[in-house]
Amino acid sequence: MTTRTFDNIRNFSIVAHIDHGKSTLADRLIQTTGTLTAREMTEQVLDSMDIERERGITIKAQTVRLEYLAEDGKTYILNLMDTPGHVDFAYEVSRSLAACEGSLLVVDASQGVEAQTLANVYQAIDANHEIVTVLNKIDLPAADPDRIKEQIEEVIGIDASDAVPISAKTGLNIEAVLEAIVKKLPAPKGDADAPLKALLVDSWYDAYLGVVVLVRIIDGTLKKGMTIKMMGTDASHGVDKVGVFTPKMRDIGSLGPGEVGFFTGSIKEVADTRVGDTITDDRKPTAQALPGFKPVQPVVFCGLFPVDAAEFETLRAAMGRLRLNDASFSYEMETSAALGFGFRCGFLGLLHLEIIQERLEREFNLDLISTAPSVVYHLRMTDGTIKELHNPADMPDVMKIETIKEPWIRATILTPDEYLGAVLKLCQDRRGVQVDLNYVGKRAMLVYDLPLNEVVFDFYDRLKSISKGYASFDYHISDYREGDLVKMSVLVNAEPVDALSMLVHRNRAESRGRAMCEKLKELIPPHMFQIPVQAAIGGKIIARETIRALRKDVTAKCYGGDASRKRKLLDKQKAGKKRMRQFGKVDIPQEAFIAALKMDS
Amino acid sequence: MIDHPTRDAGFGVYVHWPFCASKCPYCDFNSHVRHQPVDQERFLAAFRREIAHTAARIPGRTVTSIFFGGGTPSLMKPETVGAILDAIGAAWSVDAGAEITLEANPTSVEMERFRGYRTAGINRVSLGVQALNDTDLRRLGRMHSVDEALAAVTIAASIFERSSFDLIYARPDQTPQAWRAELERAIGHAAEHLSLYQLTIEPGTWFEKLHRAGKLTVPDDDASRALFDLTQEICEARGLPAYEVSNHARPGAESRHNLVYWRYGEYAGIGPGAHGRLVTGNARLATATEKHPETWLERVERDGHGIIDEEVLTADAEGDEFLLMGLRLKEGIDPRRYTRFTGRTLNERRIRTLEDHGLIVRRADSRLTVTREGFPVLNAVIAELAA
Repeated sequence: MTTRTFDNIRNFSIVAHIDHGKSTLADRLIQTTGTLTAREMTEQVLDSMDIERERGITIKAQTVRLEYLAEDGKTYILNLMDTPGHVDFAYEVSRSLAACEGSLLVVDASQGVEAQTLANVYQAIDANHEIVTVLNKIDLPAADPDRIKEQIEEVIGIDASDAVPISAKTGLNIEAVLEAIVKKLPAPKGDADAPLKALLVDSWYDAYLGVVVLVRIIDGTLKKGMTIKMMGTDASHGVDKVGVFTPKMRDIGSLGPGEVGFFTGSIKEVADTRVGDTITDDRKPTAQALPGFKPVQPVVFCGLFPVDAAEFETLRAAMGRLRLNDASFSYEMETSAALGFGFRCGFLGLLHLEIIQERLEREFNLDLISTAPSVVYHLRMTDGTIKELHNPADMPDVMKIETIKEPWIRATILTPDEYLGAVLKLCQDRRGVQVDLNYVGKRAMLVYDLPLNEVVFDFYDRLKSISKGYASFDYHISDYREGDLVKMSVLVNAEPVDALSMLVHRNRAESRGRAMCEKLKELIPPHMFQIPVQAAIGGKIIARETIRALRKDVTAKCYGGDASRKRKLLDKQKAGKKRMRQFGKVDIPQEAFIAALKMDS
Repeated sequence: MIDHPTRDAGFGVYVHWPFCASKCPYCDFNSHVRHQPVDQERFLAAFRREIAHTAARIPGRTVTSIFFGGGTPSLMKPETVGAILDAIGAAWSVDAGAEITLEANPTSVEMERFRGYRTAGINRVSLGVQALNDTDLRRLGRMHSVDEALAAVTIAASIFERSSFDLIYARPDQTPQAWRAELERAIGHAAEHLSLYQLTIEPGTWFEKLHRAGKLTVPDDDASRALFDLTQEICEARGLPAYEVSNHARPGAESRHNLVYWRYGEYAGIGPGAHGRLVTGNARLATATEKHPETWLERVERDGHGIIDEEVLTADAEGDEFLLMGLRLKEGIDPRRYTRFTGRTLNERRIRTLEDHGLIVRRADSRLTVTREGFPVLNAVIAELAA
């Protein structure tokens, strides 16, 4: 058995900051190689979900096989792996990158390197990728390719002298990109005669085919009719269909070393397939699994409750449907005194949370209330056991807790110089520890360690607002650190509202509590009686506001016998009441649960 | 016959005269200014037709009250008023003691017609005095002076059996002391009945524009609550307690016509932009006519009526309207009547919550009434009960 190079194949991914033109370039590559006719091209072929298109992000890894007749007269198979670009999906990205030998680094020729570009390109470099640099949007008047090349060399530390200047929008120089892929990126290596060894890159649910698994073959051959084994889960499945995406699914019966494609089989749920797992021949397994496999760990949790309690079952069904396609999202039933029946859900990050919530509301027509996002805390109990805490409402008796650890992130922030002061203050306010401060041209590059629990609130919104949208931000989870954390409860009319409780750092509790009470005072309408709103740690009140009783609202004069007009007003009032949650004697508008979390510190 | 829980509340006829000499900046009522003389003959003919049309739908009623509202009905010629009353008398039978009210502006021009109105059959007038302060009268866009208004009040009391006048308070910059003095003075002139309305900024009015532009400030909730409380106190002390949110009378001098609305009785709305509640069979119809005077006129001439909106009220809608109207009265509501409308009882837990807050009480005779504390926040009280 011998390893050889499969010279006619190139596997590559595209690294880019959002809006720098990744999807447009992908479309151009598909078009230029004649893979799809112009008629078949819908805008941005690869991002197929509505949300993906609207937000310009990729959630699921996708692939397309291009056949390219190069200048040297040979035809190459180019597998473009479109990877999720967001930190929430960092693990999925790392697996997609592991399936390729090289990357195109796409940088906007006027805007230059962004924080997201940096994070992703370093991942590609970590995956031993060769990098081809592409300068996009050179047709724009503001384009300054020489300056950006310098910046790339300076910041990223790679040679950008032969960067390919293109305009994906106008189609300028796309051939040069294809030539660079063939000439500069290495061909895959593998052993065709060895037992099957393939990387599970991603998977999704298809209504007709069941679970579709995206794979990269390292050694051996994946054939229709064989039985494969997932080494991580030890489950075996028969293989029904083996093929490639062009980008339409094309059945080709088998895939060999270096190839990227899909298979379907007797797999019921996406949850049965783990991204990063090694797929091998059930009868003749490979000796060693691929490195780097790890099970998905939700990082951020929040409660999701139907606005209309009658929609609980619909919500349950909707979550089941979404989970069919997204095994990284988890949920279990939760009961809240304030919000009734709902689910505690785990997500890979804040973007993932937003996407799932949006999909539930949009695709299943649900109105949802979400509670404060919470991170996973590690509690060391006085009896020596370790507990994971996903929901502040479940916080055990403090007397039984020895220490609490919380997750920290390492964040990279790029900001124009004039906003540096404000960004530094924001990071300091959020308990950040500065690791590095550098200049990239005229922009400051900050590296900060921050507690994730300070970031899940409104860090990103604040960062965008204090930098007028110019600062870019990326992060990865770094470690767990001990923190002086306390549970802050919120009491409305002297009753604790479980859905508003949260863990906060002791030093930040008072200001957080004050901000929360002030916000609730704004959001809860005056009632017929006075309502105290308090924040408390244990039995100690740390902040208090009072919502004054309604003073006067009666309509002075009725116009003749026009009861209809008053009835319409009453109907409006009733509809408003319906959108509130009755808590004790107090009606709390559902916006309060969300807006109370978005506050300045 | 029909057992509709409405009969005992009486049957009133409302007639709307939609024209004014000028539009007041706070007013959002259906009033229009015409620079050509209004063809009263033509309007009279239309009123007659609409009255006959309504009577054909709900025949055999005994009219307990008639009310001419506007606009400014005192711009009508006394003959027009008389002819309309004749038409009502021909369509239904009118109770011998029926209260027949006309709204009038207290100007000298209109005073000259008072005798004519009395002859035509009007037995009660309601004067739009609005303020006893000449500066504020001008700001409110009124065309009379304080002296003129008080003269009109005196003359009205000598001509008509019964009379009332309106004041608007909680005006921009009005202090409690100033209002106290003004109200005391008003009570000194009031025969038996006063309507005291807090100024509200209504959408679409000139005041709303000023208010939005920051050029007009009205008292905030606290100040307007204080003025409301002061009003109750003074009027009670002077023997004119509130029998409704904004209406005060010596016992027995309440406006019977308005009581028909508030007790949720049956009423016909005649004229442009008038509202009616007609009981046919077991259903209560909510009717509304075309608001624009000339369009209404053409509709009536063509179809015999100007109704552009007609809705059979659902049991719940009836229940809501019953609460909205009835709880404005000091006498409150009989909860059994609510049950007769809706087939269900009021939510006991919510009643108790409101009782606990001292906003309503259940009287020994089982009526549910709003307290002094409850009236200023009546909208919230009703929203709670009706939810």
